[in-house]
Amino acid sequence: MYSPPRRGGVDAPSAAKAQTGWSARENISAELTTPALRASPPLRGGECATLLVILWLLWLLITPTLVAAQGLDPGSLLKPLSDSWPTYSGDYSGRRYSSLTHINQSNVKNLTLAWTHRLTNGPTPGGPQGASGTPSLIIGGEGPGDIVAAGATQVKGAILQVDGVLYVTTPDNTWALDARDGHELWHYFWKTRGGTHIGNRGVGIWGNYLFFVTPDDYLVSLDARSGKERWHKEILSFNQQYFATMAPIVIRNHVLVGSSNDLDEPGFIQSFDPETGELQWKFYAVPMNPGDPGLETWKDLDAARHGGGQPWVPGSYDPETNLYIFGSGNPSPAYTSQTRGEGDNLFTCAVVAINVDTGKMAWYYQTSPHDTHDWDSAQTPVLVDGEFNGRPRKLVLTASRNGYYFTLDRLTGEHLVTGKFSDSANWASDLNAKGQPVRNPDKDFHIAGALVSPANQGATNWPPPAFSPEAGLFYVPSTDTYAMYYLTEIDPRGAMGLGGKEELNVATVGSYLTAIDYKTGKIAWRHKYRTLGNDARAPGLLTTAGRLLFTGDVSGNLVAFDPANGKILWHSYVGQVTNAPETYMIDGRQCILTAAGDTLYAFTLY
Amino acid sequence: MRIRNVFISILACVLAIAAAAQNPPAPGGARGGGGFIAYPQRPVTDPAAVARGKVLFDVNCSFCHGADARGGDDGPNLLRSELVLDDQKGESIGPVLLNGRDRGMPKFTFTPDQISDIASYIHSFPVSSRTGPGSINIVVGNAKAGEAFFNARCAPCHSVTGDLKGLASKYTDPKALQQTWILPGSGGRLGGAGPARTAPPMTATVTLPSGEKVEGKIDRMDDFVISLTLADGTHRSFQTEGNTPAVEIRDPLAGHKSLLRTYADADIHNVTAYLVTLK
Repeated sequence: MYSPPRRGGVDAPSAAKAQTGWSARENISAELTTPALRASPPLRGGECATLLVILWLLWLLITPTLVAAQGLDPGSLLKPLSDSWPTYSGDYSGRRYSSLTHINQSNVKNLTLAWTHRLTNGPTPGGPQGASGTPSLIIGGEGPGDIVAAGATQVKGAILQVDGVLYVTTPDNTWALDARDGHELWHYFWKTRGGTHIGNRGVGIWGNYLFFVTPDDYLVSLDARSGKERWHKEILSFNQQYFATMAPIVIRNHVLVGSSNDLDEPGFIQSFDPETGELQWKFYAVPMNPGDPGLETWKDLDAARHGGGQPWVPGSYDPETNLYIFGSGNPSPAYTSQTRGEGDNLFTCAVVAINVDTGKMAWYYQTSPHDTHDWDSAQTPVLVDGEFNGRPRKLVLTASRNGYYFTLDRLTGEHLVTGKFSDSANWASDLNAKGQPVRNPDKDFHIAGALVSPANQGATNWPPPAFSPEAGLFYVPSTDTYAMYYLTEIDPRGAMGLGGKEELNVATVGSYLTAIDYKTGKIAWRHKYRTLGNDARAPGLLTTAGRLLFTGDVSGNLVAFDPANGKILWHSYVGQVTNAPETYMIDGRQCILTAAGDTLYAFTLY
Repeated sequence: MRIRNVFISILACVLAIAAAAQNPPAPGGARGGGGFIAYPQRPVTDPAAVARGKVLFDVNCSFCHGADARGGDDGPNLLRSELVLDDQKGESIGPVLLNGRDRGMPKFTFTPDQISDIASYIHSFPVSSRTGPGSINIVVGNAKAGEAFFNARCAPCHSVTGDLKGLASKYTDPKALQQTWILPGSGGRLGGAGPARTAPPMTATVTLPSGEKVEGKIDRMDDFVISLTLADGTHRSFQTEGNTPAVEIRDPLAGHKSLLRTYADADIHNVTAYLVTLK
């Protein structure tokens, strides 16, 4: 199992049982300092100055160790989510449910802006700083330094909050900000080699070590206090056109990272040692060798080995079973599927559970057998303990890009419920005995065009769903869209990756905040946003014990809903929200934090 | 016939990758944008080596792997092969050529220079996960059936001798015509393929608590604010909360949108086949 790593001569938190807290370790600095000071001799006469210097030197040696012992205790991730936001989903469950109640239904109408901060991509130090001085700019990377992503600065991931510091990313950029007013503490810029700069979902943290991935395939570890680089390591093949977007998920001494690739290469999750970056294990989402399970669902081994399944969105973790539960991406080639054979193409478009220590698969459930529209099932699964058919049950809930919702048993992967949350989805004709939608091949594509719902973006996408234990409802941002899919590659060998088709959008006929009853899969309520039809992407969600559900709408408002019925309780126009709102406590105040493109907004009560 | 224009398309695509697996622009217009940087294609440093490699490849390899290296009945697609993608100058390809592989790959007796030339040729193919727009004729439907469908479903609002007179003469690309009749303004990238047929705007009537009615074109609308341009060109905006004040919205495209869920694809192809005759 897990053996406690050592850093700076101080034991990192050891592997306690899942539910026991880790609070005993919080006093580690006191345990260390006391004996060190007692060991000092009394100061007398001329020796005094020398001894003082020695003491001072000793103190200098000890101080970093003491600070190193703080940072994020990995065990704190097992506690209910409250003051901090220490991992992608807040906690491991993926519910994005905070136990904070300072902001609640009775006072949310008074929620007001605490601060904003605008980020600037690239190797330019500063950004708007006001009187707080220039933060340090740290530059790393293997690229020439003159490649800067042309797009706007967009925060499209989680912002961690640990010990009063916020950690936020865009592709090639990581910042540390003061959680009190948003001013920059440091900015790390990565000189890229290129690759797909589509988004970055944030950092992972272990003690004082930060981890993030780059579009040109590196895992980078920084010292969270200074932004100084500890090491970087190439974890995916740039030549094979891999890229990386996922927020690393830290579970005990495992740093988990999933791959991204649009060119027929296999998808996988890797586990790294947080201390050294050494590879611990690698799990492929497709069969890679003769005899591998699932191979019979592919035309041949070469097809399977080029079958995609990229797990590019962070998954969830169940400490009781030690399973990391994630969604796998679409099979590849995405559209011209004839080279994949007629089978289901396992384990693409599936909810998959793997053991965190070994990377071995425990179970899977495929939500889109033989997908033909690039509708991955990579959405973060939500782990819930809830009543089902009159008895308590361990469940996993997911709403897939293909427009269907699923409730599964998270111990076994047993299918329990399928629901359809996209009213317009027209690509499946039926459900089979396993509860999986049965694809209608007429809706794959046509040289004269097939009218398909949803469009490529799917009925939902990476923006995270949420769950409220009080309401007992699962929430997902969803859209009903149509596109014409034209087949452009008539060579029977098809095309590579996303090629071979031309997809022309037709319409967004509705954008929604959708609440689903996990017991039935039916829509409990849904709010249709009033728009002119030019809807932006509906961003991710946050629920709180204050009986609030926060998200951005599709017109630039940050909105608080009543999780029980969808009633709007508060809103503020900030510009289009591009991540999922989060919440944390700072100096006794609860903050609601969100990003709209390049700008962070923090709201609080005074 | 191998598809050579794919490579030209790929080049165009590399320069302007607009669609993406993870985060494509939403229908109705691109927003945000992730800032794409293409994967660098390998520069051809020695065209003579590529030419020599092509001769060797055509004679020895194309039988199984296809003349374009994208695979055949007996050999895999080499362009997406991990070994080929990671190979630089034949150092990984060479041993496979010399030693063969199980599953049918024979041994060859190439010299080191020949291996290098073959590698140069294989590496000269652009490798992309995208392809460009197609040039296939999409008019495959039955015009007669399309006319019948038009008369039954479209004629209540449209006339081929009235508002749609000469429609097809305005569009050189039937795909643009098809996208336009399905939903005017749709199709995104086809904007330049025909005259922009802008739909009449959405309008609204706001009834204030006083009983005053304000009517105009909707400029912006969300759950909280509706902004109108009135007939006299002035602007008025209203905060709304629930149904107060009452807002009545008129969408001229509502008919088109509600038809989307009723079409069979054959209906669409037939109607297009009919409409392209309206020169």
